[in-house]
Amino acid sequence: MTTEAKSALSDTNPPTPRTAPRAQGAWVKWLLISITILYLGLILFVPALNVFVEAFSGGVGPFFDNLKSPAFLNSVKLTVIIAAIAVPINTVFGLCAAWAIARNHFPGRTLLLSIIDLPFAISPVVAGLMFVLLFGRNGWFGPVLDTAGIRIIFALPGMVIVTAFVTMPFVAREVIPVLEEMGSEQEEAAKTLGATDWQTFWRVTLPNIRWGLLYGVILTNARAMGEFGAVSVVSGNIAGKTQTMPLFVEEAYKQYKTPEAYSAAVILALLAVVTLVLKEIVERKSRITDVQE
Amino acid sequence: MTATSPSPISPKADQSFWYRLTHLSLPWKVTWVYLSIMLVLPVAAMLLKAATVGPDKFWEIATDEIALSTYEVTFVTAFIASAINGVFGTLIAWVLVRYDFPGKRIVDAAVDLPFALPTAVAGLTLATVYSDNGWIGSLFVPLGIKISFTRLGVGMAMLFISLPFVVRTLQPVLQDLEKETEEAAWCLGASPLQTFLLVILPPLIPPVLTGVALGFARAVGEYGSVVIIAGNVPFQDLIAPVLVFQRLEQYDYAGATVVGTVLLLISLVLLVVINVLQTWGRRYDDRG
Repeated sequence: MTTEAKSALSDTNPPTPRTAPRAQGAWVKWLLISITILYLGLILFVPALNVFVEAFSGGVGPFFDNLKSPAFLNSVKLTVIIAAIAVPINTVFGLCAAWAIARNHFPGRTLLLSIIDLPFAISPVVAGLMFVLLFGRNGWFGPVLDTAGIRIIFALPGMVIVTAFVTMPFVAREVIPVLEEMGSEQEEAAKTLGATDWQTFWRVTLPNIRWGLLYGVILTNARAMGEFGAVSVVSGNIAGKTQTMPLFVEEAYKQYKTPEAYSAAVILALLAVVTLVLKEIVERKSRITDVQE
Repeated sequence: MTATSPSPISPKADQSFWYRLTHLSLPWKVTWVYLSIMLVLPVAAMLLKAATVGPDKFWEIATDEIALSTYEVTFVTAFIASAINGVFGTLIAWVLVRYDFPGKRIVDAAVDLPFALPTAVAGLTLATVYSDNGWIGSLFVPLGIKISFTRLGVGMAMLFISLPFVVRTLQPVLQDLEKETEEAAWCLGASPLQTFLLVILPPLIPPVLTGVALGFARAVGEYGSVVIIAGNVPFQDLIAPVLVFQRLEQYDYAGATVVGTVLLLISLVLLVVINVLQTWGRRYDDRG
């Protein structure tokens, strides 16, 4: 059997041969691997492959024609604008919250951590609903905003706010462990040597946490561009006006324009692939820095 | 910036609470202001809106026939999906940590796909693949099983989105598990089954349960993929978040708020459960 030959070969080097003591190890191994691939195939790989097959089933020409439609181009523009506002806001907040939690010990620290995690636990629809109750026509600030002529719900500001809400925890979550591992000695040394808070942050803290921070920003961006439920509640889904890319996908599908839905879905799927590749790169980089230190 | 801010590492005991509150450093201020506006205010708005409904009316809306059926569909389906992922997630984590095989890196990276893929795309492609003439759905037609636009479809969407949680919580724990303890167990005459049940399994239970709880919380709140793959028919495959959305569309704010509040309270309970599970899991850290 070639599989046994392979495992025997790979077992010559490691100090503790794993499968050698037990002959049944090899078939258990390949059985478990097969189940894993089969399960992931049913749930992940086949659906992921299907996106690309469906999108190009009519040929490359129609695919690009679908991408040229004004409604789609508008949805791309809106998605990029929303991410361009929400991601930097949450990056600043995430850094501040991470510093506050990692560098201080105070009663209720775990509670604060859980509070920051809340947006992950709350259903996106409920998140959208909360902001409708706050800024909607019948909401708390509805009358005030109405007289001032400011629209938040069914308009861009509301979509930015809910996107910022659902992506709030990512940066803080990724940066806190890095900050804790780094320790505060270097920062204290910099301050002793006369560096201001800003100098310490830019020259000492930031270079140390850069990979964790980048990872958090990537995740924030992926979720911000892909968010559906919360944005759907506050957008009103007006084609060409308040329709983001995920909303465009759903709307096209509901109106039996499946090819258009899949053309847009491919762009979002590529975004996901880029996110995963960047994540892999960042993880490898941070591992290399770990080893060097 | 704030050079006068009190040293946060060793706050002096004689500094009054009020002094510390008014002399917070910039990051603290940003954190509190942002959390107050973005989190406390909206949650308060919803809870107060729910309170204005009145307890009797609240109970009536929260437990009407449709609402009860959506809870049942949501929670039972989410529970089954996260439990299935508890089993398969454990298996996947084990395979990824213990074995080498071609394409392992790609499989490992792909586990995160449900985090990265927008839920609308997931719903769209799952609905197609599991429909009666889809790649996988067509295989089930001869058996008389329909998946898309039924409750099974809701389950498929929930399986998809809750997949990474168990794998990702379990992987680091499995990596830290020392091979020596297993070998010691063998040396002392334990059978492979005994080794697995008495040595390997106990430290894995907390992370698996944490992963299942995280996946369950995510599945309960999921909207995007489910709304596309389900038929959204009351009493059949209508989930609670979709009910909230439908009521909002009909301008039934009270109805939406009440069901939304029920979901919010359940999320809070789940968050506490997850925290307890994580604390329990940390108990095993000391042994390493």
